[in-house]
Amino acid sequence: MDGQALASPASYDLDSVRADFPILSQHMHGKPLVFLDSAASAQKPRQVIDAVSRFYETGYANIHRGVYQLSQDATEAYEATRETVRAFINADSTKEIIFTRGATEGINLVANSWGRTFLKAGDEVVLSAIEHHSNIVPWQMLRDAIGITIKVAPVDDEGALDFDAYEALLSEKTKLVAFVHISNAIGTELPAKQMIAAAHKVGAKVLVDGCQAAPHRPLDMQDLDADFYVFSGHKVYGPTGIGVLYGKRALLEAMPPWQGGGDMISTVTFEKTTWNDLPYKFEAGTPNIAGGIGLKAALDYVLAIGFEAIMAHEADLLAYATEKLAPLNDIRLIGCSPKRAGILSIVMEGCHPHDIGTILDREGIAVRAGHHCAQPAMDRFNVPGTARASFGLYTSRADVDALIRGLEKVKSIFG
Amino acid sequence: MPNVQNQTAYESLDGTTLQDVRDSFELLDDWEDRYRYIIELGRKLPKLPQDAYNEANKVRGCTSQVWLVATPEGPEHRLVLKGDSDAHIVKGLVALMLLIFSRKTPDDILKTDARAILEELDLRQHLSPMRANGLFSMLERIEALAASAKKQTA
Repeated sequence: MDGQALASPASYDLDSVRADFPILSQHMHGKPLVFLDSAASAQKPRQVIDAVSRFYETGYANIHRGVYQLSQDATEAYEATRETVRAFINADSTKEIIFTRGATEGINLVANSWGRTFLKAGDEVVLSAIEHHSNIVPWQMLRDAIGITIKVAPVDDEGALDFDAYEALLSEKTKLVAFVHISNAIGTELPAKQMIAAAHKVGAKVLVDGCQAAPHRPLDMQDLDADFYVFSGHKVYGPTGIGVLYGKRALLEAMPPWQGGGDMISTVTFEKTTWNDLPYKFEAGTPNIAGGIGLKAALDYVLAIGFEAIMAHEADLLAYATEKLAPLNDIRLIGCSPKRAGILSIVMEGCHPHDIGTILDREGIAVRAGHHCAQPAMDRFNVPGTARASFGLYTSRADVDALIRGLEKVKSIFG
Repeated sequence: MPNVQNQTAYESLDGTTLQDVRDSFELLDDWEDRYRYIIELGRKLPKLPQDAYNEANKVRGCTSQVWLVATPEGPEHRLVLKGDSDAHIVKGLVALMLLIFSRKTPDDILKTDARAILEELDLRQHLSPMRANGLFSMLERIEALAASAKKQTA
């Protein structure tokens, strides 16, 4: 049965959405490209590509400085993205939207500015066991610099958070909880709202790594009540090199700048410099202007399809893929939490993820093979890594069918 | 590019030499058959002694692990190479690297253009610096070992 047997919820016209992504018509090794690595970075729709090239062709100038029209127009276009992002995550104000290079930079900014100002030796930072290295290493660097303690909340064999164990870690010593909203490695969606409420009860602040959530779930900062929330533009169909740090205004106001330079200052003399207002205080140097323009086009694109439809489509794909994988012997999914996103973290008996990835590549199928920058998560499940297939809003049942055929080929070669 | 055809095969695995690999690849035009051949080549690699699977012998890789042991032998300091990997295809590529380099003098190692050989076998893609299989790092380590062995003999 190839695609027809299960009723497909025609949540949006998949063919016309796929037609928006020029790269999906490429061939790899003579086979049609089956792109199943959106969790690493999503492909870009024509609308984003056009917005970026149109900006460079007709609208480009540096921003926040020029008195001339071109610069003012560019500034307006860039700042319009800030408002789009604000609405995208339902933040209170555009002053709470800091543009960064990506989620990694956002976390490092919080660790270096908020962390170094408000944390001291002995304070505890709680992480989950399935964090991306980006949400581990900055806290370890801070630990080594100022002596904070890192605690890790465990997950069960399905990859779901052990909530009781998490709550047991929280105390008046806990000053920050930092966790991934949706795991890039195994797809688990953590109960963010409940985790945040529990952290707030002991007076801790919360940072959420929303890289995998932003493309797949509607975000509402008022409802979630996170103190900091980060995501990357390129995973939500936007350009690389642009990301977002959301922070509650009072926190951002109290934080010192992290990087110094142009744009983040109010006045500079050799004796004393005063900082610019939010959000510019945290945006030193000429930003990724075109990236910002592209990000607006990406978020507009996602919102035009709508998260209800995207979630229905991706949930259908996940169910379809899970059903198709079940009869394949020797194949096991790492992470089968009831709440999870469109990520299949696959291990095969007697076959290294690298072997799987290499053979699938020859079949035109792009998956990620390895530890997915989440080695502790892999250690938790006693695997060196997995072959990860991840979905985007353009992923089709035909892509899943190709994956299954590819995995059967892998089995025939190594079995 | 040096004339790769004329490089002598110094090493064999179960009787298979680099020239055998070349000859077989001439006959195999299907990628699947070539990979099957490389995988088979990997299966010929003897296991390393248990204590050789240590941090010092581990070659930096991201996705798969590669171990490399090099022992200089004789007055010419020919490098006897042994290696392994936890991934089948990488293990085959490690075997290929050993066929290319093992038992050569440091001078010959430094003169050998492995990239050209892999190019010729249409396996060059596995050697790009960002390829996460450790093969590029393995090549760098072999070349570094040869360079330092050469210094010692000079």
